[in-house]
This record gives sequence, C-alpha cells and structure tokens, in this order.
Amino acid sequence: MSKIDKDSLLGLWLTGDLDLTEQLYADPLPHPEETEKYQPSHDPAAAAKVTRYFRRFYNICAALLCMIFAAIMLLTVANLPPYGAKDAPTVNEVAQRYVEKGTEETGAVNTVAGMILDYRAFDTLGESFVLFTAMCAVTVLMNQSGKRRRVCVEAETVDYYADPIVRTMCKFVIPVILVFGIYILLNGHLSPGGGFSGGAILASAFIIFAMVWGDERAQGTIRVPVIKTITLCALCFYALSKTYSFFTGANHLHSVISPGVPGRILSAGLILPLNVAVGVVVCCTMYSFYMYFKRGEL
Amino acid sequence: MSFVQNYPFFSIVLSLLCAVVSFVVPARWGKRLTYFLLCASLYMQTHLLVFCAAGHVSFSYMMGHYPAPWGNEVAAGIIEPLMALLFVVVILLSISGGGQHIAADIKDDRQNLYWVMVDLAHVSLMALCYTNDIFTGYVFIEICTIASCALLCIRENGRALIASVRYMVFALIGSGLFLIGVIYTYAITGHLLFPQLYDAIQALWAEGTYRFSMTAAIGLMTAGLAIKSGLFPFHFWMPDTYGRATPASSGILSGVVSKGYIFLLIKVIYRVIGADIFAASGVQTVLLLFGIGGMIVGSVSAILSRRITTMVAFSSAAQIGYVFMGLGMGGQAALAAVFFQILSHALTKPMLFLASRDLSEAAGGHEEFRYLRGAAHRNPIAGAAFTVGALSMVGVPVFAGFIPKLYFATASFGMGWRTWAVLLALAVSTVLNVLYFLYTAMVIWMPGTSEQREYRTERTAHGIWAMVVFVVLNVAVGLSSTGIAALLTQGFDLFCR
Repeated sequence: MSKIDKDSLLGLWLTGDLDLTEQLYADPLPHPEETEKYQPSHDPAAAAKVTRYFRRFYNICAALLCMIFAAIMLLTVANLPPYGAKDAPTVNEVAQRYVEKGTEETGAVNTVAGMILDYRAFDTLGESFVLFTAMCAVTVLMNQSGKRRRVCVEAETVDYYADPIVRTMCKFVIPVILVFGIYILLNGHLSPGGGFSGGAILASAFIIFAMVWGDERAQGTIRVPVIKTITLCALCFYALSKTYSFFTGANHLHSVISPGVPGRILSAGLILPLNVAVGVVVCCTMYSFYMYFKRGEL
Repeated sequence: MSFVQNYPFFSIVLSLLCAVVSFVVPARWGKRLTYFLLCASLYMQTHLLVFCAAGHVSFSYMMGHYPAPWGNEVAAGIIEPLMALLFVVVILLSISGGGQHIAADIKDDRQNLYWVMVDLAHVSLMALCYTNDIFTGYVFIEICTIASCALLCIRENGRALIASVRYMVFALIGSGLFLIGVIYTYAITGHLLFPQLYDAIQALWAEGTYRFSMTAAIGLMTAGLAIKSGLFPFHFWMPDTYGRATPASSGILSGVVSKGYIFLLIKVIYRVIGADIFAASGVQTVLLLFGIGGMIVGSVSAILSRRITTMVAFSSAAQIGYVFMGLGMGGQAALAAVFFQILSHALTKPMLFLASRDLSEAAGGHEEFRYLRGAAHRNPIAGAAFTVGALSMVGVPVFAGFIPKLYFATASFGMGWRTWAVLLALAVSTVLNVLYFLYTAMVIWMPGTSEQREYRTERTAHGIWAMVVFVVLNVAVGLSSTGIAALLTQGFDLFCR
C-alpha cells in the first residue's frame, strides 16, 4: 500500500471527512457532474514501476508454485497402486458386477453403455445437462442476432464451394458420415460407441455442410426452431424417462422396462433411446457452437 | 418408504425440466416457471426438513434399480434439507428483490436465458446438497460453474465480461483440482459413494498404505472447493465478480453458490474422509491459517475500497474466511458455528448487494462513498436494510451475525495455540468490520443535499417485500439461535460419521 486513496473509507476517515459532527454542519458536497470521469490521483510512472516489480515477483512465485505442484503430483502418482494390477483397489466387487453381470442386468452387450446409462445413469443425466448449460452460456455470450454487431470480423475464408474437388467429395462424404453417425448411435448398446461419440460424428457432417455450402444455405436447411425443438424434446425425454426409471427403482415398484434379449438391436431397455437422445443433444450443441463462433448466430 | 423421501429427486428433476422448457418459451413464461419451481422446491424442502426432524430420520435414496456401490444415490438427513431450504429461500428472495434490475440490466433477447441459468443454478445446488456420490458432486459442480459464469456475463458491460472470465479461470482451476483429488481417491479406494469411501479410507488410513496419496487427495479436494468458494489468497476475483453483476446474480453467487461448494466440502470432510483423518492429515491446520488470513486481508481490502459494492464484495472474502477458520478448528461445536456463519452470511449478503445497488441509484448511479452521503434518506427501505445488514455483519446482538461469532469464540476454548489465534482473529476482524460497515451505515444516513433529491428511485412491491423478508429472517435467526442450535445438534447425530 504505497498511498492511501483519498476517496476510500480509510482515506476519508484519516483526513477527517468522516467526522460526523463536522459533516452535519459542513457545506454539502458539490453535485457530481454526470460526465465526470474518475481521474487517477497516483503518479503513472511510480505505478508502472510497482507493476514491473510485482510482475517479476509474480512470475517467480508462479514458477515456484508450479514446480512444487508438479513435484507433489509426481510423488502422488508414484505412490498410487499400479494401473490395472490384479490386486489394485479398483478391481473390486463394483467392477466385478459391471463386467460379469452387466449384460444380463442391463441388456447391453457394450458394458460401458450399460454402466453410464443404467448403473450410473444419474451422472450421465447430469453430463448431458452440462452440455445444455454450455450451449446456453455460449448463446448468452456469442448470440449477436437481432442487434448491430460490435465487432465485424470477416475471417479470410476459403470458398470451398468454388472448388470442384471439395464440393464433389463432400457430396459423397456427408451421407457416409451421417450413416456412420446414425449407426454408432443406434448400435451404442451392442458395440463401442454411443450417444456422445455418435453425436459428435453427426455434428461433423453438418459442420462440413455449413463450411462448404455456406452459412446462409446451412441456416436455410438446418433452421433454428428445429434445433431448439429437437434439443427440447431430447432433454425432456431423457429427464422424464429417467424419472420413471429412478422413481420405480427407488420405490421398488415394477418397471415395464425390460433388458430384452442381449445382442438384438431392440434390446437393453432405455439404453437405445437414451443414446439417441444424448446423441441429438451432443450434435445440436456442437453444431450451434460452430455457428456461434463462426458468425455470432445460429 | 414414505413419499416425502422422493422430494430431493423431485426437486432436481423438476428444475431440469423447467430449465429446458424456459429455453424455448418467452422470457415472461421463463420467469413464471422459475418462480413456480422455487416455490415448489421451497415446499418440498420444508416438508422434508419437518419429516426428517420430527422422525429423526436420515435415509439414502437409490437413483435407479441398483443399490449402493453400483448405482448412484442421494441422501438426506436434517442438515441437507436445512441447507437446501436456505439456498432456495435466498435464491427466491434475490430474484424477487433484484427483479427490477434484471429487467433493466439484461437485454430482452437474453432474459429467458437468465431464467434458464437460475433454474440450472438451483438444480446444481440441490444436487450438491443431496448427493451421496462424489462423482455426481463433480458433475453438478460443473453445471454450477458454467451457470454462475453465465449469470455474471449476461449483464453485458465490459467489466462484467472481464470479471466473468476471471471468475471462470479460478472456478475451473478449483474444479480441476477437485477432479484430480477424486481420481486419486478412486484409484486407492475403488469406490465413489460416500459410505463405501468412508469405510475404505478408514481401513487404508489404519493400515497406513497409500498415506501420501491419500493426504494429497484430501488436500486437492479441499483446495479445489476452497478456491471455488473464494478463500484467501484466491479471493481477488470477488470484487469485480460480485460488484459488477446485476444484484440478483451477486446475491445468488455470494449468498448460495459459494455456500454450495462449502457444504460439499463439509460433506466430504465429515462423511467421506472422517473428521479424525482430516485433522491428522494436516489440511485442517492449513485451513485454519488461511481462514484467519482471509478474515484480516478481506477486511483490510474492504476498508481500502472506494466503491460500496467493492467493499461489500471484499467483506464476503472476510466472511468466507470465518467459515474456513471454523472448518480448521474441527469438532462439532465449531461445525455448528460454521453452519450459523453460512446461515447468517447467506441471509445478509444478498440483502447488502440489493440495498447497495438501490443506494447507489439513489445517489445518481454513483457508487463512490463521497456521493452516497444521504442516500438512505432518499431510499429509506434500502437504507434500513443496509443498516441491518451492516449491524449483522459487525456482529451486534439481536441480528444473525452475532450468533456465529459467539459460537466460534465458545468453541475455541481448550485448543492450545488455536484458542489464541481464533480469539485474536475474531477480535481484530470485528474491529475492522466496525470500521467499514458502521462508517458506511453512518455515511448513508447523513443529511443529504437538496439538489440530490431528483434521484429518488421507485421500488416495485416485490423488491420491498424481499427486503422486508430478508430483514425479518435476519432478526429471526438472531433471536431463535437456541432452537436452530438444537436442530443442528440433532442433525449432526445423523450427519457426522
């Protein structure tokens, strides 16, 4: 603290401006001008010097802190049980039941899908709402539709549409990507994959479409109300179906959802529709991130 | 199983649905939905609290068809619904008191997103209160972090954006440290649910295996949550964050979001690690020292500040310091004091933010102290609320802020050097609080000038009611401390393992 700001409470107090008896009889304060800007009362050169010293001190402290932190991390990792060892604490009855009984209890051949969408479905419900929250937060920050854009940065974009190779290839590639994404979504309970990866693949097809055919064309094809409605339906379906499942589970009621015959495409109870719902949310979130960062509106 | 036991789960799912629906409906429906959600949640938490306290019940609730070590769980005793009730009340009062400013500060096309974010902040706080699974805790910490950043930056002025970026950096560092701590804990125990973790950690600590990793994990989880709630020396995001947002957001962030992280930390200490191991790991003493540091440094920064909102924000740093000092003392008496501190701060700080915004509007939009003279005469309700808040923060009897100070002092006896450290910190901090809060209260009540009268502001009925309810609750907590203390003691029986 080099100098006490005369407007701070301590400053007022030390200079006696807060002597109440005196203040009662003192002349009133001048009426503040609306245009009055705060003028710093300190010396800019001295402040710059202090800032310079502070920066040096800060850098040294930061480097020290990082080294200490890295050392603690390395020591801790050295003290952890070896990964995947037979006698590691993570190889316990929890993992055993997931692996041995997972298919039988959830109907999903893919044990990971069974774990995240049935055994620990509440966490995954939370995760898909993390995506929804992120989408809303990006909308808050980036949405510039309906108002004058403050910063109008025209990035140096390549006109892919004019390039015959890219255009022709994309015509072939986009349907393949879409089919592959849908396959991963629908097959998530049978093979590696599921909502998160399938949704990301689907979104990549839409993003390529928007890149090559231009934002306006994409906006006409993939319209904002459609995106909003699909996200709404997927999240509501997810929340409501899991409500049913949690409610029946916790209250020990009979649930109409059965695991079915493992290995069939229509099996594993809620896992297949939930994978589709998660995939749709992931796809819409990624596509809207791209559009918001590219042009400030969907 | 009683139907009431479904309420934690219902309040979580209901707010998820409300958030999604608010995303697509017009802003005024989003607002109505949020009010409906908060009122429903208020009813559910109250009913659950009465149910648990009357029957002296604590229970765990299976989220799905699989029992404890395999599936997710939520759990509730007396403490959990009590905290949830506090959070709901403070959010409700903050948005109804700051509703007028929300309409003024936030652009029309973003208003519905504001209500989405309030719903999401509500769901994450409910989940942090009730979760019985450490990874679920982490997932909802993420939602809480993103939602709080959005609540900040939705007021689109330059400082609010910078403040939200700074807040996000600190909050993400905190989340990252917490997550690393959770991963270490999982690697050496193989469990994620609180009861199983507790047993595994007790067994490991008794054997002495992996003790270094365990200590590091405890330290990382504690540090992560402490950074997120603004413990000294990580409190420098506070003034801009709390001072530049719309007052309803400041109230929600300072009043409940930071308390949500603190409550999760308390759960981790008492239900996952165990109080004895937490004390033995040495992290407890570190918390005590940093808490005391926060109490002093926060108050000194508040004295040096020029603007009223900055001052109130820095005083939050001091108040968070009290909480961590209490956690650093250990023992149930100090824990009771911590809960009283959470209660009194959550009820006082949003009121102070709302009142200081009104006072600065009554001074023509200026927040510097020298223009605030006489502002209370132009807005007596805000002035009265600010005065009550100031008296409560200083620790004058009758108001809520007195109780935690008394409990901290009582709990500190018989702790060796800690007794002196705590008593000295309490004394110094109280004197510093008097310096800034009571002087500000005097400045705003000094006679104003005639020409300032043109700045008279109008409050809506909602805003006035919110202020009155805040004041009444503050005095009620101050006067009925023995009843709350009995409830807390009863709750600790079920809460602490």
